[in-house]
Amino acid sequence: MSTATQGDLAVDGTDAKVLLEVDDVVKHFPVRSGALIDRTHAKVRAVDGVSFSLKVGETLGLVGESGCGKSTLARLVTALHPVTSGHVRFRGQDITALNRRQMRPIRKSVQMVFQDPYGSLNPRRRVGSILSDPFSVHEKMSRAEVKRQVQELMARVGLSPEHYNRFPSEFSGGQRQRIGIARALALRPDLIVCDEPVSALDVSIQAQIINLLEDLQDEFMLTYVFIAHDLSVVRHVSDRIAVMYLGKLVETGPVEEIYSNSRHPYTASLLSAVPVADQAFRTARRERVILTGDVPSPVNPPSGCRFHPRCPKAQAICATQEPPLERKPGDPIGHLTACHFPVNPGEPLANASRDAAPAPAAVVGATEAVDQ
Amino acid sequence: MALLDVRDLRVSFDTDDGTVYAVQGMSFSVEPGPTLGIVGESGSGKSVSTQAIMGLAPGATVTGEALLEGVDLLTMTEDELRHIRGRTVSLIFQDPLTSLHPLYRVGAQIAEVMETHADMNRKAALERAVELLGLVGIPEPKKRVRDYPHQFSGGMRQRVMIAMALALEPKLIIADEPTTALDVTVQAQILELLGRMRSDFRTAVILITHDLGVVADVADDVVIMYGGRPMERADVRAAFIEPHHPYTQGLLQSIPSYSGRMGRLRPIKGYPPSLMRQIQACPFAPRCPRAHDECLVAPPPLKPVGTSPGHLSACVLPADAVGLPANDAQAAPAAAVGGVER
Repeated sequence: MSTATQGDLAVDGTDAKVLLEVDDVVKHFPVRSGALIDRTHAKVRAVDGVSFSLKVGETLGLVGESGCGKSTLARLVTALHPVTSGHVRFRGQDITALNRRQMRPIRKSVQMVFQDPYGSLNPRRRVGSILSDPFSVHEKMSRAEVKRQVQELMARVGLSPEHYNRFPSEFSGGQRQRIGIARALALRPDLIVCDEPVSALDVSIQAQIINLLEDLQDEFMLTYVFIAHDLSVVRHVSDRIAVMYLGKLVETGPVEEIYSNSRHPYTASLLSAVPVADQAFRTARRERVILTGDVPSPVNPPSGCRFHPRCPKAQAICATQEPPLERKPGDPIGHLTACHFPVNPGEPLANASRDAAPAPAAVVGATEAVDQ
Repeated sequence: MALLDVRDLRVSFDTDDGTVYAVQGMSFSVEPGPTLGIVGESGSGKSVSTQAIMGLAPGATVTGEALLEGVDLLTMTEDELRHIRGRTVSLIFQDPLTSLHPLYRVGAQIAEVMETHADMNRKAALERAVELLGLVGIPEPKKRVRDYPHQFSGGMRQRVMIAMALALEPKLIIADEPTTALDVTVQAQILELLGRMRSDFRTAVILITHDLGVVADVADDVVIMYGGRPMERADVRAAFIEPHHPYTQGLLQSIPSYSGRMGRLRPIKGYPPSLMRQIQACPFAPRCPRAHDECLVAPPPLKPVGTSPGHLSACVLPADAVGLPANDAQAAPAAAVGGVER
């Protein structure tokens, strides 16, 4: 998967400008042991050849379970980790090859919002001081000007500017996440990578933050990479979805396409596993697939398709040949699936036959498939 | 008679910063059999309530009544309570790694429960432990019974906890956020297992969670808590289709719809109340779009509302004012009458 699929990876036919291109990016972390002699005896294949591109103003939702590599990918995109191989291009410029000085202007344009609004703010510094950091690092401004900018920023994200002198501990979780967002927004970036920005927040507060992120996107033409394990939230904010499993992209496409016509058995199982409060949806949803087993270790991922040991549709070829991420017959442009036996629309996944043990996925509460 | 009947439970903690009134008048009852979901956001008092009842909230001042088969748990000695925990009531917590002892084999930990509470000898208890591990879906239980907790994955550890909770065939299992630390596909496995255990063993379950989806999936009835008090109680379908309390409605409107985009979310304005004082009004009033003077006089008691039996709401609005407000894309009661799948 590389240049050949690049065209397909773009959203659609429009010529909006490509902001970010991730090309066959790999990140392996060495597993070391030994007290005296440092020996690398294995590596965690956190991200193992991922490609996608992102246009200006777009939101890409990155989903997957713990250990699938989504947070590592976020840190590669923001150049917080060096890549093992592959390229990340921002506005056409390969940022994986830049030195610290060359990176500085990029750092202004690429920002990150973290999951934990408690851990990502220094508890001993006042909010005003935390938020003036970006200005003092990257801009030459007088102190009065910085203060004015910070207060403007605080007002923009819904914080009271008079709270300039407060410490993070004096704010609630939702307000702290607003501080985190203000910090990311300070230098008017083009791309913000949001790594589980609402996961630590209560539902009533989550909605406030999601609305804020959406407003800011409209106002400042922001492009988002939005990582979350909550699939309802991802569906709400994203234009496109990328599903990861054990360091690989298994499926990507426009959001409605992924949610209504998921082709990869993993995507389908993941979506069916989500407990949903929405009563209208509950009655309409098709069978629930319960996968057996857990996500295997990324140190020693399964051969072939990495999902095959848990897949209800797996056959012999899945254990030997890795399926390419490609457009399947009948799917619209931009919907790519890495699977030898993609799920057909309406196909009952839970009844799929398979060659090898372990036991097939169990069906619980199977209801008739009703079109939404 | 209700299996567990909790009346006007109040729990407070003295801290360096002052007294925290974590639970301010919680009442609920559990019948033998069905699953009761207790939902609330952080600080709503949902976990503290059950911990206080079971004597697991050290340093707390607890008042009220918690009748387990007619006997008040709050007046029991530590020894009596210890006998109840495990025998009659089992607990499952969020984090299975910290609830299992890292240095003892899993089988020994399950067996210990039976040796202590059921006078079984070690051999019989270990055999039963193997049986239980098989029952909760752990492959090769004969082999795994000799493994240590770190050799199990998160989902498998939670299965071990469930096996342990079932060991003495309790009448009530209290599961406090049992799937919050797990990934969705593993969560689905555990919820399915809990459902199966409930029907096989006829055990009543109290499921404490912040996740409305989980409640909709596994609970029969639900209590929605806010500011240390129950706001609404109903069977799950009524709670989700015909909510009465403005807080319940606000919660449902602030979660993104799963069945399609709905434009802007409608969050609940403001932030949860401080629990550093006793709230002498409806705790939700400061954030409530429909609050008026009456709400500030005293906390409204639970009263019957709507048409479904057992539907209670602690709100002064008229009893027939159920259902999500109109002109809301998310509220589609007509389309939703197909029934809760199970």
